[in-house]
Formats: sequence, structure tokens, C-alpha cells
Amino acid sequence: MPKSAKVSSLINLIGVFALYFLFLAIFESGIFGAKTDYFKGIATTACYTIIMVTSLNLLVGIMGEFSLGHAGFMSVGAYASAVFTNAIANSGIPDFPMFLLALLVGGAAAALTGFLVGVPALKLRGDYLCIVTVAFAEIIRVCFTNFKITGGGRTMSGIAKLSDFYWVYWVTVVCVTLMFLLIRSRFGRTVRAIREDYIAAEASGVNVTFYKVATFTISAFFAGVAGAIYAHYMTAMIPTSFNFAYSAEFLTEVIIGGAGSMTGSIIGATFLSALPEAMRTFARYRMLAYSIVLVIVMIFRPGGIFGTWEFSLTRLLKKIFRVKGTAPGGKGADAAKAGKTGKGASV
Amino acid sequence: MTEKKAVSAEVPKETPVLKAVHLGISFGGLKAVDDFNMEIGRSELVGLIGPNGAGKTTVFNLLTGVYKPTEGAFYLNGKKMNGRKTYQVVEEGIARTFQNIRLFKKMTVLENVKVAMNKDMHYSPLASIFRTNSFWREEHDTDERAMELLDIVGLGDKKDAMAMNLPYGQQRKLEIARALGTNMRLLLLDEPAAGMNPVETDELLDIINNIRRTFGISVLLIEHDMSLVMRVCERIQVIDYGVTIAKGTPEEIAHNPRVIEAYLGKQAEKEVLNMKDASGHVIGEEGSAAAADAEPDKAEKPDETAGAGTPNR
Ligand SMILES: Nc1ncnc2c1ncn2[C@@H]1O[C@H](COP(=O)(O)OP(=O)(O)OP(=O)(O)O)[C@@H](O)[C@H]1O
Ligand SMILES: [Mg+2]
Repeated sequence: MPKSAKVSSLINLIGVFALYFLFLAIFESGIFGAKTDYFKGIATTACYTIIMVTSLNLLVGIMGEFSLGHAGFMSVGAYASAVFTNAIANSGIPDFPMFLLALLVGGAAAALTGFLVGVPALKLRGDYLCIVTVAFAEIIRVCFTNFKITGGGRTMSGIAKLSDFYWVYWVTVVCVTLMFLLIRSRFGRTVRAIREDYIAAEASGVNVTFYKVATFTISAFFAGVAGAIYAHYMTAMIPTSFNFAYSAEFLTEVIIGGAGSMTGSIIGATFLSALPEAMRTFARYRMLAYSIVLVIVMIFRPGGIFGTWEFSLTRLLKKIFRVKGTAPGGKGADAAKAGKTGKGASV
Repeated sequence: MTEKKAVSAEVPKETPVLKAVHLGISFGGLKAVDDFNMEIGRSELVGLIGPNGAGKTTVFNLLTGVYKPTEGAFYLNGKKMNGRKTYQVVEEGIARTFQNIRLFKKMTVLENVKVAMNKDMHYSPLASIFRTNSFWREEHDTDERAMELLDIVGLGDKKDAMAMNLPYGQQRKLEIARALGTNMRLLLLDEPAAGMNPVETDELLDIINNIRRTFGISVLLIEHDMSLVMRVCERIQVIDYGVTIAKGTPEEIAHNPRVIEAYLGKQAEKEVLNMKDASGHVIGEEGSAAAADAEPDKAEKPDETAGAGTPNR
């Protein structure tokens, strides 16, 4: 492992812990008083939205295909994990392992669905694929509305409240880090090549179908994990929440943040999920605000606010350090390298 | 590179690297390629020429599994390749460049080559998640080998440039480097000199000779720049309307009346003269430049095909 990579992973780890302790301090000191739980809830919402948007960014930004059915995968994860935890509710498993199991079940169920949908659907590209993803999410919704086990169209309630914010925070860190590390490996490089020119990729020895299905499956897995968090945070849900508008919302957040930029996805998801919650009175204008923001972003920054730029804590620290004067030699190459391998998990 | 030589050594000397037998394809009523026969030996450089729309690119598409032949078969080192997908053909050792450049535009020059090397990389997704030693070692080794290839085509100092920002001639060279990244035995070059100036064309010629020497690979070259074809090819095959009308040494081709009629009859007379010059009688510096200039329409062809969005890749 190159030294610069070691240093930046350490820096990122410290950054993630610092953020964690910041949240801990804010919530545990009780400065919000009675509203603490409310703000914790918003933070939890932001977390699973971050997982949703970054996982969708794998498809949109890295693989270059639009999906308008990501809420479908989320609902598969949500319902699968809820059914699972309901089934083993009295087995005496402590909450934390139970929570992790629920996430795995939700992720696995969504990944399997993603694989089954992806194999036939990924023969298509562009608009056609997009339409199939819409159709998929609708089919899932109709299924869950009619299955008895998922509540048969009524609200499925009584799901164990397992999604504690502090756990969810770390799950989000792990999920985003995993996706980031995958993107910055030969896997991500290959998938980006497919986005750029699938014919040339195939002619360079890339099994295009394999990589596309794999990306689709991985993306669905993380959507399923987010769904599991959602289910065990809400404790009650109805299939119609995972509708077209919800899918469209995720896609909007990817586009606004910048397709291909994990940083953009994280910041976009945080703001767009937390703001309307925080300003309840404006909640009804949420979709209107989205559209306006989208139009403005598309006019002035067609690549999204962050384009494909990634935030790097290491780079930032170096910059601050250098501004203060005593920068060591060879800074250009060093900083570039840090930017490339750095960042890791700076949520 | 050394391991490839070892593999090739196992194959008996006589087995041609490429052998195409009665290869043919029709699109509806149109026979784009008909009864195409060809043998290419180890480290041989064969030219494939013919007027516009003769079916040259279609031959490449057949040899790389993009199109499935409706007749005939082709073999790589004696192994039948019919019915294989493109990436499988590449795994067996055929790589190509494209007439209308197809680079991974928004990726760096180095990454473009590394994508082609992916098939020979082995670290698992888990290794990339945990950033194990095998991850760093393999990435580092691949970087080094990719740099070797970039140095061969003279793009070593451009490794971090975005592929789309390279000038046209360098983009064509990057396509060659990327093809080399697949570690192939047979390299198919589709009009590599199109759009290049005479200086770049000469550099290209050096590159082609260099990679043949270094890697001992065989090359099948489609080219409209006659002086280039005449200078580098050991043998030439001429097709017209999908049918082979001549095979032979550059000298023979240059004097073949059918070729002159089908291919060169349409060109300015000057072109014919240039060809004869280039084939060995009088070679002058202006000769190659004039030949390139004589075909302005050809040089622009790649963009046309790309723009028209033909399924012809
Ligand atoms: N997918 C296809 N469907 C229908 N016709 C095709 C297809 N691909 C190629 N053709 C036809 O086959 C013929 C040969 O085309 P090809 O591109 O191989 O010519 P070429 O020799 O490469 O010409 P150029 O010098 O212009 O590149 C043309 O008439 C072309 O229109
Ligand atoms: Mg052609």
C-alpha cells in the first residue's frame, strides 16, 4: 500500500469519527431538548437517502444508464427485511445483530431482484432501459399491494424499530465507502469504459453484459439496504410510498449533485432530504422546488453542481497547510495522488 | 510479452495465425463480403485495400465477432472462432482499431490502455474493497506495462490527459496502444493513417514496424494511403464489391490491370503513377505526401460514417 494512500485513509477515518462525535455531542448534549428525536429522525432519513442516491449514481454516473425504478429496489429491500424480522421477532436475537441481518436480507433480496431484472433488461440501452425500470417498479408496487404477507394494500405496521441513528450512520459510511472503493478499482474503470463506448469496450476484451448486470445488481443491493433501514425506521409502510415520484426524486438528486460524483450525491441527498423535513411549512412545495432547482442547475451547470469532482479531506488539509506557507516539496504530484486515492469515506 | 512468445511457440510453425475460409456475409440481398479467403503467418503484415464500400471494415467486423458470418469460417492459430462474441475473440488474441475513432473519451490516456488490460488482471472485488497488497501490486504493474505501450506509440508524456483532448493523430495512436493492451497476436488496423499528416504517417509506419519487431505479432492493415500500404505490406489483398479481385506482393498489385481499373481507375492518373513509384521504382519524399493529398475525400470519410450513424462500426 503506497504511503500516501495509508495517510489519506487514516485522515478519512479520523474525519468520519470526528463527524460521528459531532453528532453524538449534538444529540446527547440535549441542546435540541424535546426535539432531539425529531432531528435524529431527519438525520436518519438523510442517511438512507444518501445510500439510495449514491447507489443510483453507480448506474447513472458510472455506467451511464438512467433508472427510474430505484424506489422499486428499495421497496423490495424494505418489505423483505420487514417480513424477515417479523418472522424471527421472538427468537431472542439482540437488536444490533438483528438489525445487521435485516440489512443483509433486504440487500440480498433486492440484489437478486436486480439480477433477475438486469439480465433481460440490460440488453436494452438508454430510453428503452429507463422505461423497463419504470415498469419494473410499478410491477413490484402492484405485487406488494396484493400480497397478503406485505399487508395486502394496507399499511404494514408493527415492524421492529431497529434503525438507531448511530448504527445507521455507520452503515451509511460503510456502504458509501464500499461503493467508492469499487469505483476506484478495475471494476469501476471497466464500467466507466462501457459508459464511454460499449463497442470499444467489448473490442478491448470487456464482457460488457457481465459488467452491466454486476453493476445493476450491486446498485440494487445497496438500494435494498437503504430500504431495510427505511422499514425499521418507519416501522410502518405502504407500497404506494415507493412510487414513481419517489424514484424520480432520487434521480433528480443524482443529476443535481452531479452524475458521477459521489460527493455530489451525498450532499445533494442530505440537503434535499433534510430541508423539506426541516421546513415543514414548505413541504408541499417540495416537488416544485425540485423542478426549479433542476432547471436552474441544468441551465448553468449541465453536469450537475459537482460534475464529476470528488471531495478529498486529504487534499483539503494539504491546501490549508500550504496556504499557511510551509508546504513541503513535490506538492503537486503528491496532492494529485492523494486526490486520486484519498477521500475514502469522508461523508 | 515473453509469455506470449512461449504460447506461440507451442503452435507448429505452419499453422497460420489467421486463416479465413470462404468467409461471407449478406445484409438482406447485399453480399457485403463474399468468399473471402486469407492466410496470415506469424509477424506478417498484410494489406487489405479496396475502393469505398468494398467491404473492408465488414471483414474486420467478421473477424472480431461483431457480425456473424453467413458463410465460411475463420481460425486463429488453428482454433475455430466462428460464433464467438467480440470479447471472446479478443481473449483469443485478435484486437482492432476503429475507422471512426472510438476512444473512452472522458477517461485518461493511461486509463484507456488499462481498460484493455483488465482481462489479464485478477484481483477480486474483495481485494479492491480491502485494498490488499495484490490490488496495489497489480495496479502498479498494469500502470508500468501500460506506460511501456504508451511509450511505444509516443504518448508516454500524455498519460494523464483526457483522451478527448488529444489531437486527431494522437487519438489514432492511442487506439493502437489500447489494442496492444489486449496482448493480442493479430492486430487489425482500420485506416490508421486517415486524417494524419505526412509526418504523423511516417511516425505511424515506424510504430507499426516497431510493434511487429517487439511483439512478433501479425498485422492486417486497411489503408487508403497507397504509399503507406506499398511501403509496409508484404502482401496485399484487394477487394471490390465484397469480392477478392487480386492478391499478391505490392509490386504485383500495382501492376495488376483489374486493380487499376477497379480501384485506381477512379483516381487521378497521378495517383497510379505515385503507386508505381512507391512500389520501388522511384521513391521520393513528395510521393507520399502527394498520395495523401490526392485523397482528401477519403481522409474525411471517418467523420462521415460516424455522423451518418451507420451500423458499420
Ligand atoms: N450492418 C450493415 N447492414 C447493411 N449493410 C451494411 C452493414 N455494414 C456494412 N454494410 C454495407 O457493406 C458494404 C461494405 O461496407 P464497408 O464499411 O465494409 O466498406 P469499406 O470497404 O470499409 O469502405 P470504406 O473505405 O468507405 O471504409 C457497404 O455497401 C455497406 O453499406
Ligand atoms: Mg471501412
